[in-house]
Amino acid sequence: MSSADLLGAAAPAQEISPAGRYGALRFLGNELRTTFLRRRNQVLLLVVALFPLLIGIGLKAAAPHGGGGNGPGSGGAAFFSQLAGNGVFLTFIALSLLLILVLPVVVAVVAGDSIAGEAGYGTLRYLLAVPAGRTRLLLVKYAMIVVWSVAATFLVSVVALIVGVILFPAGPVTLLSGATVSLGAGLVRVLLVTLYVCAAMAATGAIGLAISTFTEHAIGAIAALMLLIVASEVVDNIQQFAVVAPYLPTHWWNSFDSLLRTPIDTTTLGHGLLSFAVYAFLFLAIAWARFTSSDVTS
Amino acid sequence: MIDTHISDIPLGMTDTGRVTSDVSLAIASSGLTKRFRGGQLAVDHVDLAVPRGSVYGFLGPNGSGKTTTIRILLGLAFPTSGSAQILGRAMLPGAVSVLSRVGSLVEGPAFYPYLSGWDNLARYDAADRSVSARTSKARIGAALERVGLSAAAKKKFRNYSLGMKQRLAIAAALLAPRDLIILDEPTNGLDPQGTREVRALVRQIAAEGITVFVSSHLLAEIEQVSTHVGVMRAGKLVFQGELAELRRTAAPRIAVRTADVTAAAKVLATLGLADPETGEDLVTAELGDAAPERITAELVRAGVGVRGLSVESPSLEDLFVGLTGEGFDVER
Repeated sequence: MSSADLLGAAAPAQEISPAGRYGALRFLGNELRTTFLRRRNQVLLLVVALFPLLIGIGLKAAAPHGGGGNGPGSGGAAFFSQLAGNGVFLTFIALSLLLILVLPVVVAVVAGDSIAGEAGYGTLRYLLAVPAGRTRLLLVKYAMIVVWSVAATFLVSVVALIVGVILFPAGPVTLLSGATVSLGAGLVRVLLVTLYVCAAMAATGAIGLAISTFTEHAIGAIAALMLLIVASEVVDNIQQFAVVAPYLPTHWWNSFDSLLRTPIDTTTLGHGLLSFAVYAFLFLAIAWARFTSSDVTS
Repeated sequence: MIDTHISDIPLGMTDTGRVTSDVSLAIASSGLTKRFRGGQLAVDHVDLAVPRGSVYGFLGPNGSGKTTTIRILLGLAFPTSGSAQILGRAMLPGAVSVLSRVGSLVEGPAFYPYLSGWDNLARYDAADRSVSARTSKARIGAALERVGLSAAAKKKFRNYSLGMKQRLAIAAALLAPRDLIILDEPTNGLDPQGTREVRALVRQIAAEGITVFVSSHLLAEIEQVSTHVGVMRAGKLVFQGELAELRRTAAPRIAVRTADVTAAAKVLATLGLADPETGEDLVTAELGDAAPERITAELVRAGVGVRGLSVESPSLEDLFVGLTGEGFDVER
């Protein structure tokens, strides 16, 4: 003990190691393990995985033959008629339908819980006394939220792709602009669309993280984020608010259909990605400002 | 910002005064003050001086500012003014790496109910960048062993009994090599058996040379293990020093039981005894330097019929109550 004591007294203030720079990865690893092994979260993922299956079966039953259009589904209207011709389109349909509510809920549950949940259980004070470091804890939490969002989004894509290919024909993909690309090129589009949705969800997660630093009631943070998203979607659909629409957090979510045209509409995609980046940066800054300056009273 | 308020401190207290980077102190604070947003002064110019190697009993009734002080020491809350040093290093917001040498239990155990005891400790261990991942298992195993929870390591935290939860919290405090352990009300909610266990553990930790800072609202609980005490009242540190010193401040009193209280009081007064009090058949006064034999002789000479005579020292509990006030006296 005494030799360690001397070492401790001699070392400068920021002696870190022996965990060193991998310490943050170890912390993140534990955080991910805890998140993905938590029963509640596993159930959430299971439910998310069931949606593409249900959508696929439903559409198969509704339009067994030919390319007959299915009524105007919100956001996904253009995809429905394509589905009968190609199962790959189930991915786009599933993503655009789940983007309305299901994926945001899945992200909100984990993001809203991130700091508020720790505060609610009282574990936050022990993590900070470890000391985990406030900025470091926030970054690890956000990294976990991003991994979670990516996992949930890819789960939808992958299940939809598998179900689509099983239930519907697969082959060269006819894009929304009418051009046809090979199945391989079509799958690249699926990947790009999925990544775009991941970016949207990661930005949503940053908003959730920020809200989470303001309360010790996880359910309150989750509800607040959902309310915000639904409000944004409502305002986005009111013509009179068209001026503010591009600045809403949800406005660019469905713009991934730009990836399904040739040439790809990079301007729209660029706007969308910029919007996600600004939202993520802004709300991470809010979370950081709040979390590093306030007393932990839970 | 050195700002010492000696006026609040009674006689008999050691000179803790100024906070320097005194390496002999495990905890040092100077004018530590916390005012809540509502304006309530929770901690009022507290100058702590906790010597290394001591077992420091931090006493005070509920609501006297003990937990808020501890929260500031652990970097959980920011002081309104004043400063604190832990193990010779300034506790600045954000610069809290020194806390890796500090184990703590604050306001009861807190763990994830859906994780096992082991997994809960692994979480806290993973958050610590001062320890190596390779020795994680050994550390967790040793900590659990130490508090006697090895058999319940894989059990979910929600199925732990109150005493087990408390022990797991102490295991978390002992997870890495420490120089200082801060225990906030470690015996809260424990049965007498559990309280004894905690006391034994505190003794054991102290025997290894680790400084222990333990708060309680019950003097009796930590009296047996403490070497030093600090007493809080309404946010102020009203006494700080060695336990023996607190005992010394207890002035013994002479009590004379007699039918003739006026005559007895007169005798005590002529002997120059301070602070006389007269009851129905009892006269008491501070003994001071006077020898009880002489008082007896004088009483007899004055012809006072003495039924009984005794020297009484107030118990530590009486002193504590004298310092902190009686019962449900919410002062703020």
